[in-house]
Amino acid sequence: MIDTFVEQFPILIVTTGVFSAFTILVSGIFSRKIGYYILLFVTAIHFMMSIAILNYVISFGRIHYWIGGWRPPWGIEYVVDHLNAYVLVVILFLSFLSVVFAKRSVEKEIDEKKHPTFYTVMQLLIAGCCGVVVTGDVFNLFVLAEVASLATYALIAIAGGKALRASFTYLILGSIAICFYLLGIGFLYAVTGTLNMIDMRLLLQNIYDNKMVQVAFALVVVGLGIKAAVFPLHTWQPDAYTYAPSAVTLIMSTVVAKTFVYALIRIVFSVFTVNFLQKYINAWELVSWLAAVTIIVGSILAFRQYNIKRMLAYSSIVNVAYIMLGISMFYSYWGLSGALANILNHAVAKGCAFAAIGAIIYKTGLKDVRYYSGLAKKMPYTCGAFLISALTLIGIPPLAGFVTKFYLMLGCLEVKNYTMLAVILLGSLLTLAYFWRVVEEMYFKSVEDENTHGNAEERFNEAPITMLAPTMLLAILCIALGIYWLTSIPLEIIDKMIASMGVILK
Amino acid sequence: MKEQKRDVIVEMTSKKILPIILTFGLYVMVGTEGAGGGFQGGCIIAAAFILYAVVFGIQKGRTKMPESWNTFFTSLGLYLYCGCGLLAIIASLFVAEFLNYSAFWPLTNLFGPYEARALQVEFVVEVGIGITVFAAFVSMFYDLAWKDEDEAEDDEEVMEC
Amino acid sequence: MLEAIFEEFFARYNFWTAVLIIFIGIYAAIAKNNLLKKLLGLNLLQTGIFLFFISLGDIGNLQTLGIGDATPPIIWRTAEEKGYMYANPLPHVLMLTGIVVSAATTCVALALLVRIYKEYGTIEEDKILEIEALRGD
Repeated sequence: MIDTFVEQFPILIVTTGVFSAFTILVSGIFSRKIGYYILLFVTAIHFMMSIAILNYVISFGRIHYWIGGWRPPWGIEYVVDHLNAYVLVVILFLSFLSVVFAKRSVEKEIDEKKHPTFYTVMQLLIAGCCGVVVTGDVFNLFVLAEVASLATYALIAIAGGKALRASFTYLILGSIAICFYLLGIGFLYAVTGTLNMIDMRLLLQNIYDNKMVQVAFALVVVGLGIKAAVFPLHTWQPDAYTYAPSAVTLIMSTVVAKTFVYALIRIVFSVFTVNFLQKYINAWELVSWLAAVTIIVGSILAFRQYNIKRMLAYSSIVNVAYIMLGISMFYSYWGLSGALANILNHAVAKGCAFAAIGAIIYKTGLKDVRYYSGLAKKMPYTCGAFLISALTLIGIPPLAGFVTKFYLMLGCLEVKNYTMLAVILLGSLLTLAYFWRVVEEMYFKSVEDENTHGNAEERFNEAPITMLAPTMLLAILCIALGIYWLTSIPLEIIDKMIASMGVILK
Repeated sequence: MKEQKRDVIVEMTSKKILPIILTFGLYVMVGTEGAGGGFQGGCIIAAAFILYAVVFGIQKGRTKMPESWNTFFTSLGLYLYCGCGLLAIIASLFVAEFLNYSAFWPLTNLFGPYEARALQVEFVVEVGIGITVFAAFVSMFYDLAWKDEDEAEDDEEVMEC
Repeated sequence: MLEAIFEEFFARYNFWTAVLIIFIGIYAAIAKNNLLKKLLGLNLLQTGIFLFFISLGDIGNLQTLGIGDATPPIIWRTAEEKGYMYANPLPHVLMLTGIVVSAATTCVALALLVRIYKEYGTIEEDKILEIEALRGD
């Protein structure tokens, strides 16, 4: 009885998400306040459901859910295995924190008339992302990815001004990306006659030499690569992150980015298998070199930015490159572990950084790094959280980001690729360089301005609790997760995730 | 507001043709056997409203179909469609899958599983989709029609199909 | 040689048309300066993909000018007619969803364009960038 109950959860998360989105829209007619609380409640419930799903998957194996009772090759199937469940927990946790964070930030940045619409679209975004993660059907993935993407365009544009142009650019590029993806699955459908991922994987095994399959692979990777902001395809991302409202930047940099990275991993490893990748190994050399170039160039570009949000956006591009580097070492256990660990670690660290920056912008309105001097005295907790997230992204030992880099380095040693080892070390140094600028301004520059000499209350001016709590929680998680990864207990789950991706390592 | 120029022929023709369009939309929505037609029927009904707004002026159209009604109808259609799927889960005590209409017990016991599925697809789900699509398209039209006084909301409605 | 190329083209002319439309669409969506033209290019791209998918459903022997001899699945035929085929309806259904998604995308883009025009007074991309550069960060 209880088993079937949990098996309903993947679909319930998506459908009740859409349900609650339109309830918020209707509630906007009567009251502009109530929508936020509906969103908060529903997201909290969904987060608990996702933990139940993870628990169920770990104890009983993967969930197959046939929508409408139609059998898989014909009907839509939702499949939740270890990898899905893990990513689902990560994105629902971060969307819950983003929703908690959003209240005050949205109250300040967005016109009150638009609040119900804003929360409606935010709920649609979360539901769409969850749908992308739990689905086992390539066409269903396309539809839900479009739901999530359309919600993202609207959320970016709600800020007005330059965000409009950034959103339009993202819309054009994102739609081209999704069209590439659709064309790719069209090719795959033409050669296999199925849309189910597991079925497609089986049918593709004998026709890897078919040109159609290879072109489809290129199209799908480029399409999802644009969405995930992989290096040469990232051009929409810095503008979109910079001009979006703080809460939207937070949810985009964590939830949406991780969703599409997941989709890329899922399609590359579960539909096209490692056998396919090994046949065309030269292409993957190119991917690893691109990742290496990204780590260096992206860090230098981040160093050149004075707008803090843009700097963090480039840092996100660099971190996606770490994931791609891990994926490109698909024949190494530690490389893949690093990539999978980075999904969680980067989401937590970057979420913490964007939340801290959002709090700072909420309190002071400053976006330029050069004016951050003496901020640590004014907002000690927020700046402390930012410091921890910066140290995490640099990769200082007990913190979470160190684990990613440590695994990736082990992966490099495993495949004897010493160039990439050097690139990862250099990347860490460059990360240190661009984060140190901010930390130096915050902690070690004294304020000589006369207008900051106020009374004690004005000097200590901390962010409100609904913004501070998620930031601090994420900062604590940065430390706790690092120690948790280092105890090597989670390696067991990573083994199972790699197995559920269909990768069999010796 | 300046006096709008009225065209008697256009107004009379559209007055005569509007009920026919609405009936045709309803026919496309529920008149056929089996699934399909909700989106198309909703589009046709929305076209009738848009024709009305184009002919009689956008202000009059807005008074006939206010924004809050649009919001309400969009959600109502989704509740019908999505709620029907969720009720299948609830009515079967979490045994049947989402959208598995044949497990919808009161109907199943009365008419049998296939008839239950057909009835719900034909009369509940298609009508739900139709209402959502109709309200969403009318809402899109009003949002895109140039509003000088207040800002157009960029509110997108994602249809489920 | 030329004959062979023509034969190849006419044998699958619907796919060639789809490819042509897709290329025109991508070119317009990337290279045009006017934002509305970019959107039109995007719609062309989507239409090309719809055409490609719908052509996939057209099964049968591709001998007579690229049109398979399969009939629409709603036409009833008796079993005595040997060797007939039904066109595959699944790609058509998929593209119905695709059209809905495309309509939603277009609507969001148009709403954005209205806002952009109100904000900047133009929808030419280079002029928008100029205005932004003047306004500063």
